[in-house]
Amino acid sequence: MQPGALSKALKNGAIWGFIVLELIFFSVAGEYLSLSDKAFMDYDNMLLLLKQSAPIGIIAMGMTIVMVNGNIDLSVGATYAIAAIILLDSMTWPIFAGLGDWVIPVACLLALAVGTLLGALNGLIVWKTGVDAFIVTLGSMLGFRGIVFMFNGENPTSHLNWTLVDIAEAEFLGLATASWFLLAVTLVIWFVMTKTVHGRNAYAIGDNREAAVNAGIRVGPHMMINFAIIGFLAALSAVVFYSESGSVNPNDGQLYELWVITAVVLGGTKITGGAGSVMGTFGGVIAIQLLRKGLGHIGADTSTVNLVIGLILIAVLFLERQLNVKGKEELKV
Amino acid sequence: MTDAKPVLHLDDIVKTFPGVRALDGVSFSVMPGEVHALMGENGAGKSTLMKVLGGIYQPDGGAIYMGDHKVVMAGPLEAKAKGIVFIHQELSLAEELTVAENIYLGELPRKSFGRVDWATLAERTNAILKKLNVGFDAKTRVGDLSIANQQMVEIARALTVDAKAVIFDEPTASLTDAEKSVLFDVIADLKSEGVGIIYISHRMEEIFKITDRISILRDGQYQGTVATADTDEEAVTQMMIGRTLDLSRNASHHELGDVALEVRGLSCGKLYQDVSFEVRRGEVVGFYGLVGAGRTEIAETLFGLRDPSAGKILLDGEEVRIHSPADAIARGISLVPEDRKGQGLVLGMNCRDNMTLPQVDDLKAGPFVAEGAEIAIFDQYRDRLDIRTPGWKQQVGNLSGGNQQKIVIGKWLSMHPNVLIVDEPTRGIDVGSKSEIHKLLRELAAQGYAVMVISSEMPEVLHVSDRIVAMYSGRIMRTFTSEEVSEDNLIQAISGIKSNEAA
Repeated sequence: MQPGALSKALKNGAIWGFIVLELIFFSVAGEYLSLSDKAFMDYDNMLLLLKQSAPIGIIAMGMTIVMVNGNIDLSVGATYAIAAIILLDSMTWPIFAGLGDWVIPVACLLALAVGTLLGALNGLIVWKTGVDAFIVTLGSMLGFRGIVFMFNGENPTSHLNWTLVDIAEAEFLGLATASWFLLAVTLVIWFVMTKTVHGRNAYAIGDNREAAVNAGIRVGPHMMINFAIIGFLAALSAVVFYSESGSVNPNDGQLYELWVITAVVLGGTKITGGAGSVMGTFGGVIAIQLLRKGLGHIGADTSTVNLVIGLILIAVLFLERQLNVKGKEELKV
Repeated sequence: MTDAKPVLHLDDIVKTFPGVRALDGVSFSVMPGEVHALMGENGAGKSTLMKVLGGIYQPDGGAIYMGDHKVVMAGPLEAKAKGIVFIHQELSLAEELTVAENIYLGELPRKSFGRVDWATLAERTNAILKKLNVGFDAKTRVGDLSIANQQMVEIARALTVDAKAVIFDEPTASLTDAEKSVLFDVIADLKSEGVGIIYISHRMEEIFKITDRISILRDGQYQGTVATADTDEEAVTQMMIGRTLDLSRNASHHELGDVALEVRGLSCGKLYQDVSFEVRRGEVVGFYGLVGAGRTEIAETLFGLRDPSAGKILLDGEEVRIHSPADAIARGISLVPEDRKGQGLVLGMNCRDNMTLPQVDDLKAGPFVAEGAEIAIFDQYRDRLDIRTPGWKQQVGNLSGGNQQKIVIGKWLSMHPNVLIVDEPTRGIDVGSKSEIHKLLRELAAQGYAVMVISSEMPEVLHVSDRIVAMYSGRIMRTFTSEEVSEDNLIQAISGIKSNEAA
């Protein structure tokens, strides 16, 4: 085996190994600690897990392409909440009153369009001002959340459309609608990142921006497209989730950006850009959801879950750093 | 060739930056099938001119013609579309991507729906790589290649498009002789296809071997164009620096003291192996080799930035282990780093604060920084090193390269070192300041410091060193005294040729 091959294999497969470890741990620990008599790795439980991964997972796919591109988007949680409000509220608008159930596609499209526009706006600002994406989206995170509160104060926005609920709760080939959306988005973004010129250019820009500029790649438009993609996906995530729940609190989606980034980083995407994969992110999303569910299964409360996930994230990043060091001769910083 | 239209003609190009006239009326033309050398000292305006050609800067005056047409380069993409290809000196590669993706960066072949046509890409890339006779294929990750091979990837870009003009910026800086001859074959091929080539290099022997004409810049001004066959090195040098260069060897030998630093069998993984040398007080030892030969890495090890995997370091005959820069400084080792602006200075801070940075912890009056002591230190070294600045309040970023370098040297001298390691001391410094820095290094040795100079410029090592250590791919090939060294045997040593066989 070539030197470095082992650490490379470890790095690429790490997230899946971690998932297997989690499954074993929770299955065994569940036997002793769980109050329910159902096994953790129950088939239905796993299907539910996939469905529950969807809201974070769909956004995480967009975050992968944005982070590979060398940017970050902190505003996704707020975009998610805005899109949810648009979706639910627009169904009650008088102008759409005559549409009957045709209001559903109109409301969905409206929500998706708003999400895409907000994302594109982030991208445009990053492109035209040259301000770091972290700062720009930190600003828009606060701004978008402000808009959410302006809309209905502290009150939730609710509207249940039973046709929409039926669609959301439908199952096809045993998988819930939300799961299908997650799988489809994963597939599409995987295709974009590995097969298209846009995707490969996104890697090049994240890896060596100057080289990309020198090669005549138009950096700005690529970044804007990626921000538009993540905006769209944040809205899609909201559409998928709120179709079923029918009520959005103004605080919904808070900290989503952090969960999403955690999943992406766990999945092996470099924070500085240039490297990362959609499949890794998918693994990261599943791993986090497993952890939340598994800890719940053995009786831990939410605060413990957060503590554990935080510790694991740091441990993983430390491990990755150790694996990346090319041996002892590395420059000390 | 005389009646042919030039592929590229620059007419009276002017480019100004705030306070500087970077290019002042530069005109020259490149004929089809010609290799045209562009020469000039660092800072003469070569890279600015290339950026104007590449559309990265817009000229403030003058025009660019291709054939009969006046062209405006709005950006790198447009320059490329017009058939102007740049081979950059600083590797402009994305390390995580494959060789193929890097070679076709920005113009990946497409299929429907914006998909990358991987089959075509691999096929074209492998055809180019075959021509270049390199030992890797299209799917190799660029980050896994050696620096020389990465340079070959960069060069491969010249062969991707139907180029009208190719600009090589210092392409041989990290190449060995075998790869160089492949490069020269590539250039000869391009030439026979009627491509105009601009070749930027500091290496006279290459210039005289492969170019047809030479254009020279000095301080942003066009000095003229000469046919290579009608001129010689001395005349070209004179045009470059405006006077004849003092190429004399270092003559003044002073008393050498005890061995200050000795290194025995030092290795650091793959970076360098089994390195042994010693530096005496009062001696300047030059380290010469190609980029990636391991010189800087040795300096970093001595300064505690890397852990050696084997071997010993002895200071004044006593074996030491240096764990960190703080450790190194405490033991009297100072490193003037290669990247002055990135590693040596805090550009936004003033001269005094930069100078006293390593010892500001010790300069205290109660809980406060002792400003008076700091100014005293600054004044002392300003006088001693002849640093020209309006005052200590001046921001270091506003000083010239030479004065910046003196601040860095002064900073380390104020720590009273025994061993002073200087990495590329005159990179990016104008000719006048260069010889001042050289003189300074000689003087420091005469005052009893042990000085290690790492340099990629042959005249510099020849000029300042008492002894020269020649390195090739992580090993010391040979150590020369200033009497036995010649340009020929030095070049052979750093190219990995052991005996006296000619290259």
